[in-house]
Amino acid sequence: MSSKMDNRNTKVMNRFDVTSRLIARLKHEEAVIGGIGNTNFDLWAAGHRPQNFYMLGSMGLAFPIALGVALAQPDRRVFALEGDGSLLMQLGALSTIATLKPKNLIMIVMDNGIYQITGAQPTPAASVADIVAIATGSGLANSAWAADEEDFERLIDAAMAATEPHLIAVRIDDKPGVGATRRDPVQIRERFMHGLGVREPL
Amino acid sequence: MAIAQQQTSPQAAQGSSDGSWHGIVLQTLKRNEISLVPYVPDRVLTPLIKSLHADPFFTTFATAREEEAVGIVSGAWMGGRRGAVLMQTSGFATLANVLASLAVPYQIPLIMFVSERGTLGEFNYGQSLVCRTMRPVLDSLALEHHTITRLDELEFIADRSIKQAVTTQAPVALILNPLLTGGKTFDK
Repeated sequence: MSSKMDNRNTKVMNRFDVTSRLIARLKHEEAVIGGIGNTNFDLWAAGHRPQNFYMLGSMGLAFPIALGVALAQPDRRVFALEGDGSLLMQLGALSTIATLKPKNLIMIVMDNGIYQITGAQPTPAASVADIVAIATGSGLANSAWAADEEDFERLIDAAMAATEPHLIAVRIDDKPGVGATRRDPVQIRERFMHGLGVREPL
Repeated sequence: MAIAQQQTSPQAAQGSSDGSWHGIVLQTLKRNEISLVPYVPDRVLTPLIKSLHADPFFTTFATAREEEAVGIVSGAWMGGRRGAVLMQTSGFATLANVLASLAVPYQIPLIMFVSERGTLGEFNYGQSLVCRTMRPVLDSLALEHHTITRLDELEFIADRSIKQAVTTQAPVALILNPLLTGGKTFDK
């Protein structure tokens, strides 16, 4: 199994680069939920947007939070960025999403096979499991590995034109996040709600 | 469970005006525009879950874990839709991390209904132990919580607590005691 994994025909990309490519394609105030750690650090570093939400804890809940936003605002596209280690904490969420089939939810998994931020220890899945196979087996038929950056952008465009949830997995390197999110949870939440048009500033 | 099995869907949809605890909870949710109700099931909650499914006002579904449901209603709140989570005592015991790292610091009015097991006739030692962790966890975060034992107090406590959660942007746990629901006993 592990040798098969090593031979996957997918390029090892960079989280910040891939995140920046995603943000550059967003033209309609799409919501983006950044998972704990490096995932939201790179979302922050790619340039703050009012429709970004940054998680400072609750590891594994990027997809459930994004699902909630998607159910609340069915006319807005909602992206969730999650690390492989985080996703492993909440695999059941994939089946919940597959059952509900929100047409506006797009999940992106940044897979480096390690807990980079805690010292680069390998995840238990690193050499034996395949995130896309797990997602497909959980009922998310529209799940795919991005072969390279160009393929990632193609998959994003396809997902944004689709009417079913999509999951895109990206193999990434072991680099830490480029920035560091300002750890102000109340302001993060409040500004996100302004960005989604739920509230006006005082 | 006998109560739940007797209820067909149409009856469950009316379940609101029958004066039952679950009918009152459903009506109180509706009156407060809480339409998204993910849950991890519990035997005692079954009639409430059935009547929520039977009422098109609600989007209600099972999640794999309670913290997943908390994530979902937190996202929905930020997107402008109100939700509440249904769970059992043992499910609440899995929530300390998400309460302390999401609901409380981000000031999200998380509304939780907890069916209380572990007391007043519990037959499973593990349930009685996990029940004892619930209030200390709530108190350690200074979270609002009420244990509801009386049918005539249910609507007042639930309605006021939901409104307080929303206006103060703080979580609340409404603990449904066996004195209210009948609970789950060994012979059932």
